[in-house]
Amino acid sequence: MQLKTKLLLSAVAVSSVLTSSAVLAQANEQFIGLPSYRVGAYAAGGSGIYGGWIDYMALINEKEGGVNGVKLTWEECETEYNNARGVECYERLKSKGASGNSVFQPLSTGITYSVLDKVAQDKIPMVTIGYGRTDASDGRVFPWVFPMLTNYWSQNTAKIKFIGAKEGGMDKLKGKKIVNIYHDSAYGKETIPVLDAQAKKYGFTVVHIPVSHPGNEQQSQWLRVRQEKPDWVILRGWGVMNPTALKAAAKIGFPRDKVIGVWWSGAEEDTIPAGDAAKGYIAAGFNVAGANYPVVKAIQDNVYKKNKGNMEDKSRIGSVYYNRGVVHGIITVEAIRTAQAKFGKGKVINGEQMRWGLEHLVIDAKRLKELGAEGFMPDLKVSCLDHEGSGKVKFQQWDGKQWKVLTDWIDADKELVRPMIEESAAKYAKEKNITPRDCSKEG
Amino acid sequence: MLYREAGQFKATYAADQQIFPIRQDRIGIQLLLALAFVAVPLFASEYWLKAIMVPFLVFSLAALGLNILTGYAGQLSLGSAAFMAVGAFASYNFMLRVDGMPLLVAFALGGLAAALVGIVFGLPSLRIKGFYLAVATLAAQFFIVWLLTKVSWFSNDSSSGVITAQAMVILGYEFASPQAKYLLVLGLVATMALMAKNMVRSSVGRAWMAVRDMDVAAEVIGIRIMHTKLLAFAVSSFYCGVAGALYAFAYLGTVEPEGFNLDLSFKILFMIIIGGVGSISGAFLGSAFIVLLPIFLDVLVQDVFAGLLSPTIASNMQLMVFGGLIIFFLIVEPHGLARLWQIAKEKLRLWPFPH
Repeated sequence: MQLKTKLLLSAVAVSSVLTSSAVLAQANEQFIGLPSYRVGAYAAGGSGIYGGWIDYMALINEKEGGVNGVKLTWEECETEYNNARGVECYERLKSKGASGNSVFQPLSTGITYSVLDKVAQDKIPMVTIGYGRTDASDGRVFPWVFPMLTNYWSQNTAKIKFIGAKEGGMDKLKGKKIVNIYHDSAYGKETIPVLDAQAKKYGFTVVHIPVSHPGNEQQSQWLRVRQEKPDWVILRGWGVMNPTALKAAAKIGFPRDKVIGVWWSGAEEDTIPAGDAAKGYIAAGFNVAGANYPVVKAIQDNVYKKNKGNMEDKSRIGSVYYNRGVVHGIITVEAIRTAQAKFGKGKVINGEQMRWGLEHLVIDAKRLKELGAEGFMPDLKVSCLDHEGSGKVKFQQWDGKQWKVLTDWIDADKELVRPMIEESAAKYAKEKNITPRDCSKEG
Repeated sequence: MLYREAGQFKATYAADQQIFPIRQDRIGIQLLLALAFVAVPLFASEYWLKAIMVPFLVFSLAALGLNILTGYAGQLSLGSAAFMAVGAFASYNFMLRVDGMPLLVAFALGGLAAALVGIVFGLPSLRIKGFYLAVATLAAQFFIVWLLTKVSWFSNDSSSGVITAQAMVILGYEFASPQAKYLLVLGLVATMALMAKNMVRSSVGRAWMAVRDMDVAAEVIGIRIMHTKLLAFAVSSFYCGVAGALYAFAYLGTVEPEGFNLDLSFKILFMIIIGGVGSISGAFLGSAFIVLLPIFLDVLVQDVFAGLLSPTIASNMQLMVFGGLIIFFLIVEPHGLARLWQIAKEKLRLWPFPH
């Protein structure tokens, strides 16, 4: 009987919470909704990135008392990396806090697509760092979406530049063969057109080999790699597909330092399960690994020493995913700062103001140094035309124990990518009857 | 006492044949419909309409489709999500490529496309049964998702293979507000549920059940097995196809083939197992259980226990509790939530004087 009363009481409590979407919020708090995923196949990415992001916001609260005195608050919502759950989380989080959710960052390309129309209607900016819809880089058609730092197409051109440098010049690429092993999904297919365009431009041949989800069986694919005898292999994997690919490469004796991964293939979680097979493997990244950056140290001093950190496994602090979360935190906080500088310091900003802040976000080398993130992430300058803002990546190599930075920031081939982005965005605008904004009139 | 039937006499065949022969049930369903059609759109918040009610109804429709095939005709299928994908992509393409295509016709054509695909993948059911058939329908699941990813024509050559559903306009009125979308989905789901209920009460449904219970005996008494089985596949896929179209147009807006993966098929199968195999109301109860319970648990954990548990444990705890509840309900009533309701009703009819 007692149990029943208890159950009833908790049910009443929950339903009252469900109905009153306006949660008691202090006036001077900036709410950030976090559609996180900590269970399922991609939990390693989700827990690392959201952990790092939360830790950075906690650092701002601890060290500076918030952004100009406005405390940051957040709430998580478990999406399980599932599109339908992601939409539910979006709807649940959007009107919480004093001024609603400031920014939505789902860390899932599928969820990005699912809420693409909704963010424009609800006036909540969406930031997709290193994933999502590539052609959203054209801010005229997608005012509310910010695929920041670098998109898949830019990253792919940087990869070819890197290969070219390794071969001793872009002209040496002629006659070479590159195999693109990709996750057979919307995410995996996205770079095929840009690779084809580059193959035409530089005269190398490219062979696309799909791996079906989840990718824990790749014998036939790597058999084909052996037949094709490529000079380089681009690995566009996700989750369990990556270590499997590295092991398969080791099996057929393909040199691992000729395998180049995307950033979703370049974390400790991708290489450690492959063991020795991963040694020498190279991956692109818009953030680097390592805990010896001032910003990570500051988190350890101000957050973890006070026992307020988010990570349970503290050895993951400084890992690729964790640091990527810190990058998410930096961009979110700096955008709030930029918006506050325009709309009033120490004020809570709403979604529209946040969008302005993101569109005028500039994090230059000097600012990166002040933040303690020099070399940690590329410098960034977002504009109405260009919602990507950077396009630079670094290449890191796995030495068997950790990721070692191999190169400085490598720029993307903007001349090649930008027209493709504009063409694709224009097609979307036509399909959806969107009139692109005139950027010369934007303040 | 509530269910006392004293004084309710059936004087005509029509009275005997109606869906709800007991007056209390009729009043109950009328109240429920009034609640769903009037009270919910008037009083429910945007979050409830957009994030809870619409997906609940869409998945109810998909579960209804699978229940026709598995629950009534006895053919196990693991391809429901693929048939949903066919419906979504077909409706999108009809809207895109045919000028002035009315929305509801596009939904119906999407459903018909799914029905055709369902018939093709239902052909093996004529020779194989049970778990082997489930494996054959698994082929549909993988083949269709692969095909939609592979052939870019289906997604209008979008580089990432996703489609963005067109605006929903019927007779010049755009269904854009949460209330309008909800009412459109509810109207379609209610109509199709009524059709399904009548179908399973008619000779078609009885033929399905005869095939389910023993196909040799059914053949002996003159039921055409091929016709019956393929009809079940067609009708079931039609329902799933319309559900898929609604999922794309009224809920997500933008869908990718990968979203209709095996996980979703299993989810729909679990809905009918938990809700009740071979029951129309079971589809709704099962959908409510599978769609709403995880959200309810997440809200409970995030809002009520916030800060008490570490986030990783909180997230994993939800899955454990969810799994535990599934096992609990299946032990308490292996025939599903619909059967639980039926038992409760039987007891209520005798209460307070059980003999």
